Formats: sequence, C-alpha cells, structure tokens
Amino acid sequence: MNVLEVSGLSVAAVTCEKQVPAVRGVSFGIDRGQVLGLAGESGCGKSTIGLGLLRLLPPGTEMAGRAVLNGADVLAMAPSQLGAVRWTQASVVFQGAQHALDPVIRVGNQIEEAILAHRTATRRETRARTAELLELVGLPARRARDFPNEFSGGQKQRVMIAMALACDPDLVIADEPTTALDVMVQAQVLRLLKNLQMELGLSMLFITHDLSVLAQVSDRLAVMYAGRIVEEGPADEVFGSPAHPYTAALADAFPRIGDEAFVQSPGGLDGDPPDPRELPSGCSFHPRCPRVMDRCRTIEPPSFPAGAGRRAECLLLEEGAPEAMPT
Amino acid sequence: MGEWRYVARKLLQAGVTLLFILTVNFFLFRVMPSDPVRLLTRQRGVQLTPEAQAALSSELGLDRPIPSQYLQYLADTVRLDFGNSFIYPGQSVVSVFLRYMWPTVLLVGTATVLMIVIGLYLGIRGGWKRGRPLDVGSMGFSLLFYSMPDFWLAMILLIVFSTALGWFPSGGFETPDSDLTGLSRVLDVANHMFLPVLTLTLGYIGEYYLVMRSSLLDVLGEDYITTVRAKGVREDRVLWRHAVRNAMLPSISLIALSFGFVLAGAITVELVFSYPGLGLLAIQAIDYQDFLLLQALFLFASLAVLVSNLVADLVYSWVDPRVREA
Amino acid sequence: MAGDSLAAKARSPRSVVWARRRLSAGRFWATYRRSVMGIAGLAILVVFVLVALLAPVLVSSDQLDVTKATGPILEGPSLAYPMGTDDAGRSVLALIVWGSRVSLAIGLLAAAVSMVVGAAVGIVAGFRGGRWDAALMRFTDWFLVLPGLPLAIVLAAILGQSMFIIVMVIGLTSWPWTARIVRSQALSVRERAYVERARGLGARDPQLILKHVLPNLFPVIFANTILSIAAAILAESALSFIGLGDPLRVSWGATLELAFAAGAPTIGAWWWIGFPGACIVLVVLAFTMCGNALEEILNPRLRQR
Repeated sequence: MNVLEVSGLSVAAVTCEKQVPAVRGVSFGIDRGQVLGLAGESGCGKSTIGLGLLRLLPPGTEMAGRAVLNGADVLAMAPSQLGAVRWTQASVVFQGAQHALDPVIRVGNQIEEAILAHRTATRRETRARTAELLELVGLPARRARDFPNEFSGGQKQRVMIAMALACDPDLVIADEPTTALDVMVQAQVLRLLKNLQMELGLSMLFITHDLSVLAQVSDRLAVMYAGRIVEEGPADEVFGSPAHPYTAALADAFPRIGDEAFVQSPGGLDGDPPDPRELPSGCSFHPRCPRVMDRCRTIEPPSFPAGAGRRAECLLLEEGAPEAMPT
Repeated sequence: MGEWRYVARKLLQAGVTLLFILTVNFFLFRVMPSDPVRLLTRQRGVQLTPEAQAALSSELGLDRPIPSQYLQYLADTVRLDFGNSFIYPGQSVVSVFLRYMWPTVLLVGTATVLMIVIGLYLGIRGGWKRGRPLDVGSMGFSLLFYSMPDFWLAMILLIVFSTALGWFPSGGFETPDSDLTGLSRVLDVANHMFLPVLTLTLGYIGEYYLVMRSSLLDVLGEDYITTVRAKGVREDRVLWRHAVRNAMLPSISLIALSFGFVLAGAITVELVFSYPGLGLLAIQAIDYQDFLLLQALFLFASLAVLVSNLVADLVYSWVDPRVREA
Repeated sequence: MAGDSLAAKARSPRSVVWARRRLSAGRFWATYRRSVMGIAGLAILVVFVLVALLAPVLVSSDQLDVTKATGPILEGPSLAYPMGTDDAGRSVLALIVWGSRVSLAIGLLAAAVSMVVGAAVGIVAGFRGGRWDAALMRFTDWFLVLPGLPLAIVLAAILGQSMFIIVMVIGLTSWPWTARIVRSQALSVRERAYVERARGLGARDPQLILKHVLPNLFPVIFANTILSIAAAILAESALSFIGLGDPLRVSWGATLELAFAAGAPTIGAWWWIGFPGACIVLVVLAFTMCGNALEEILNPRLRQR
C-alpha cells in the first residue's frame, strides 16, 4: 500500500469573495521510501497541494477528493485526529525558512515543541533528541540555544529539516526547500535531504519549480500546469524524453552553461501561465503549445498512458494522433 | 553580551535626551519670555517698584549672561532646587509638588494598568475571532471614545453618575474633614477615584485594543504560524505562546508612547473632578501665573515620558532577541 | 487619410498628464465611494462645513452678545431654544453654529502648519538621506519625547492667547508624526527607477522633489493631514477648556469652559455640555473615518481587517 494515495483532489481558494480553482482533480501516489518530485511554474497549484495535504490552507478554502495517508483519509478527519497525524505521519519543510521559524523562541525549544505536542517526555529526553536531530543535519548540538536570526539561510533550512524529522514521520513534504538559497548552499542542502531520505527510508513529496533539482532527487516526477498534473512517470524518463509539450518546454528552458546552441536560441515558452479565474477552453495549455492542434481548443485531454508507469494528458498521445515528441 | 551594550547605548541616548529636555525647559521659561522678571513675579494688581524688580532680577540671576544662567539652572536642577512657589508663598516648589503628586500617581497608574490589561486582552480576542460581534462592537466603541475630548466625557459621567444618580461624589480625593483610616479610608478614596479612573480608561483603552488587534492579525498571517500549526500544536498554544508573544512587541512601544497622552488627559480630567493632583496644580499655576511651578511640572511630564520610553525600549529588547543584535 | 488621424491624435505632454490625472481622480472617487465609513464621514463634514460657512445667514451674531441675550436662563431644550440656553440666556444652538467656524478654522489651519513643517522635514530627511536624515530624525525623536498637550499649554501660557498663537502652538507640537510617515514614504520613492532616470538626465534635487517626489507623496500626506485635523480640533478644545483659548472667540471648547465654570455639571444643565461636546465628537469622528477610509485605499492590505 502506498504511504500516500491522492485521488481527485481539488482545492478552491477564496480571494475577495470569489472562488478560484487552484487545484483541479489531481491524483497521484507515493510509495514507501520513494521520492515524488512535483514540478511546475509559480501559480500552478503545487504548493497548494503541499499545504493542503495537512489541511494548512487558510480558513474558507474548500477541498474535495481524498488524500489517504497510511490508510486514513486526511481530508475527512476530525480536527483532533488531524492534530495527532500532523508531524507524526507527515511533516513539512517549508520554503524560505527566513520566516518559517518563530523569531522570538530558541530553535531548540521549537524542535522540542514538536516532540512534546505528541508525547510526554522528560526534559532530558527532549534535549537529547533535539541534539541528535541537529547533529543529523550537520549542526552542532549547542546551537539549540540560539535564536533563528543567529543562523544563516542554509543553516535555518537545516534546522527546519531537523525539526521535520522530530517525530519520525513516514512522509516529508518539502515545499521549495532550496529556492531562497545560494547555489552552493542549495547543493549542500539537497545532498543532505537526499542522504537523509535514503538513510531513514523516508517518502518524500518534493515540490519545486526547478526541474534540474528534481532530476537529482526524485524517483518519480509529476509536472503540473494550471492546477492539473499533465505528466507523470519515472524521473529520468520524463526528464529525458518528455511526452507532454509543456514538460519538454520546461526542461528546455533551463540554461545550460557552455551550450552555444542554447545561447543563440534559448528555449522556453512565450506567454504566462493562465489566470486560474479565466482558464482557456479545452486543454489549458493550448494557447502556448508549439504543437497545438484544432481539437486541443475544445477537448480537455484525459490521461493517456505514455509508457510503463507513465501517463500524460495530451491529445498527441491518442491513438492515431500525429507523431509523438521526438527524443 | 550584546545585551549590555544595548542597555548602555539606550541609557546614553536617554541622557542626551534629558539634556535636550532641560535645555528646552530653560529656553521656554527664561529665554523666550521677553521679560522673565515680570513673568516670574506677576502679581495681580500689585506692581513691583523698579528697585524691587532689579533686586529680584539679580537674586534670580537674570541679569547674568545667558550661558551662565544656563549652567546655574542645570546646577539648581541637579540639586532639585526649583525655587519657591508663588501660589503658596514660602513653600518650595518641590514640597508643593510632592503634596500633589500621589493622587496623580494613583489615578494615572490605576487607569494605565486597567487600560493595558483590558485593552490588550480585548484586542487579542478581537483579532483571534475577527468579524464577530465582540470585535466589531469593540472597534466602533474605540473609534467613538477616541473622538471624545476627555474633559467632556468626564463631565457627562459626572452629570449622569454623580448629579443625576448620586452614586459617586462630584469631586475631590476624599471626603473633607473626615478622619478615616485604614480600610474605610481606602474605600473612601476609591469612591472618589472611580469616575476619574473610568474617564481616563474609557478614553484611551481603544488605542490599545486597536494596536493589539492589528498587530495580532499581522502575526497570524506569518509563515511561522503555519509551521506551528503543522507541528500539530494545540490552537490555544498557537495563540498564546506564539502569536501573542510576537504581537506584543508593537504594543510595548505603544504603551510608552501613549503614556504622554494619558498624562495630558489627566490634566483636564483632574480639573473637572477637582481632583487634587498635578494636573489641577498645573492649571492653578497657569491661572495664577506661577511659572516656577509650571516649569517644574513640565519638566516632570517630559521626564515621565522619557522614562517610560526607556523602560519600553529595555523591555522590548528583553522580549525580542533580534533587537539586541542590531 | 492616415496622416490626418495621426495629427489629431498627437497632444501636448501636458494635456496627456492632465488627462491621466483626471482619470485617476475619477477612479479614486469610485473606490472611495465604496467605503461606508468614508461616505458617512464625508457627509457629516459637509453638513458642518456648510453650517460654518452659512453661520451669519443662519443665526444673527447678536445672539452671541451676552448683553443682548433675551432667553430664559439655563433652560433645557424647548421649541424656542432647541438646544437650551446658557447662564446668560443665550441660545446654545447659536453658540454652536458660530463656534463651528472657530473650531473648524483652527483645526484646519493648525493641521496645515503641522503638515507643512512635517512634510518638509520628512521629505528632506527621506530624500537627502545620510547626515541630513540622521540629524533631522534625531531632532524629531527628541521632539516626540516632549508631551504634546503639556508643551502646547506651556507655550500658550507664556506667549499669550490669540487665535494665531493657538494655531501655531498646536501645529508646531504635532508635526513629528507627519514627519516620520512622510520620511518613510520619501525613502521608498527615492529608490524608484524613474527617480534614478531623472537624475541621470541631469535633474537637480529641488526639481526632482517638486516634479516626482511630491506627487507621489501627496496621497500619504493628504491622508495624514485629515487625521491630524481631527487631533488638532481635540487639542484646541482642550486648550480652550483650560482657558488658554482666544477669549474673544467662542469655539466649542470655550463654550464648554464657560459651562464648566458656571457649574453646569453639578447643576445638571446637560444641554449646555452635551450639545457642544457632541459636535466635537461628530466632527472628530468624521475626520477620523475619512482619514481611515483614505488610508485603506492607499494600503489595500488594511481593508481585510
């Protein structure tokens, strides 16, 4: 059984009295010890999924569908049950730990708070566990006494990771954990996350807009556009031979140093992602798609198989359609 | 150890500000008036002869050049020598001041404590349950009472609760010519203090409510609150241990800033209730043109604001670790 | 022909600027109209301003003269005297109508003084930056330590009692707040691209301030001024109540002072106290509501509260 099984998840955010569909019928699964990368541009709904899985979205947000974590549907749980599940079965590593840690409380106490929220323990026990966690992420134990503003960006991210592991969760949701960091620090934190994931056998939902990062970390990759998953499959296959035109464009958009051809004609797409309040008809990607067909404007593509364990929502994959993407 | 450097820096700044206050005080009362002698010795209907004026002038050191007057003034201030009062001849300004000080301390102190406790608590509840009747009602109430002059509110309360209903005395500190002691005296004073304290509290509680509420709303939108909730922490702990703790910070600055306004409010409120405190004394000093007394009172008011700002800065640094590093 | 339509479309830069300004003013009004608080406040203000302007038409100034008063002494509201009479037989309504002129005028003028000084300090500090900023802000902070009303009281006591002095005194004790707010706005405007570009083209500081900075600061300064009018009216009423107002002019605060001196609270003459005071409350409330509405427009984040 999968650690996490999401089916038909839809989230509607509330802004200025209007309902905006941020996530539209998303389904995926994460197996034990597996890393699923969730990629897409800003506003595609990936962070909404990340927060929504633990019901951390602002009040008034409407959620539909199922999100079954270790056999229990999180979206249907009573608040008390939810409180018990949070952090013990799934925890979150937030982006921009700049503002994700309480500035007036020492980091050691914040980690201890996570532990004590779920079980009673003596002070010695929590102190020991906190020290253990900090050392696990490469920080000296004595730094538990410091306040968040005494840490650098990369160090704060490590603290967040240590805190996320405090209750031995099965699933870690990493929401843009490296986005706000310098490139060198990014690499260090990524390495740390990958090592921990493998050592502890964690399942991970890794959310980011940076495809190159996902290529290194993920076992499977899911690409989102306008609130739907448009392609999903084993990471190296999706990255290496994309089935959906959007995935191809996304992979192509990243600058490769020293690639003369890229410098002469950089990849990427024209235009912006659609406003969720005014989605295009048919396939929501059709206005920007380099391989658009007439049918794409009117028919919303269902999910088509695109190889073993792969699927994509593109009419190009329908039987009898013009040739699939060149490799 | 950054903490001690911060404290030292704040104390030094306070010292410089104190010098500024003293200089302004000197400037107001000695340099600005065109004829300080007349200002300091004006007596209704009685004119001093030119010789008497000259004698007084040299006695007060007013014929010396200004810088030397200034130094004399500073020296006198340090020795707490503010001269003799005009309204109460023969009594030093300091002794008059001390007589009137305690009622004001009681009044302003009690009112401030009530304002802070009630105002902040309502602000927290209002921010936490935004939009509910308590919140909306409190906002309207705050707006309304902020727009009222405190002396007008005082008079309205006086008419309603004293003149019409007879529940409270119309003024003063305690019943005159009564030899009450112990508990009965305390109750008597409390009875007299009730309306003045109520006036001041109602007038300024709104400020505290609004600032606490808005700062709590700011904090509740921060990422770290989401983190705390994600950890599975109980809601009441989210509110009190994290949200309120962070939201308190702007309130501390406000408390210090408001203190000046509360003091000012006390002046007119004491007048309406004939409450024998420093405010009433100040008005007497104006009416009888006792400028030495007025000078000391203004100095006191400025010092009170300075001290409350300093205390607020120090408390703030103790609560918010980020400030100490700056 | 294409050439004709092109010529027709060409307009001077100035007319373009003015057209744009009219358009944004229109949009501003449309947004303001949606604020219940703002409209209510504006309505109250319109009423009071009209009363103040039309005072000579509504009520003869003779009614203010103590020697010419013909009404019953200290009578409650009646048909003849809807707001009752004072201890000299004058109509309280007349006192209020004429008092509105003084109270509103002093409030507006004092706020103007405060705005000019505060904005000047704030702009120079924020825009020039560096040592100017440090020095001016240090000075402003010192000023903030001096408690406003006591300082105003002392100044009035020393300098004397006239409308001019009252206006100057209130204005000069409330500029620090404006200065602070204007400074932080000026700081942010300074960083903006068009300022850099104008500088690059050789514009000197005073020109930059007038043409680029001021128009952007105007909304903030305006909203702040509205709120300081409210504070100025309260300050004037307090000064008058203590007896430091202009003795020749019967502001609302001065009326309350007369009422108190005559023992109105203990006698129970609630009309003499209630009506003038209620006017102060209404006007201050109105200015505050308008000021808040303006601030909400400038800072949309506030609207969610």
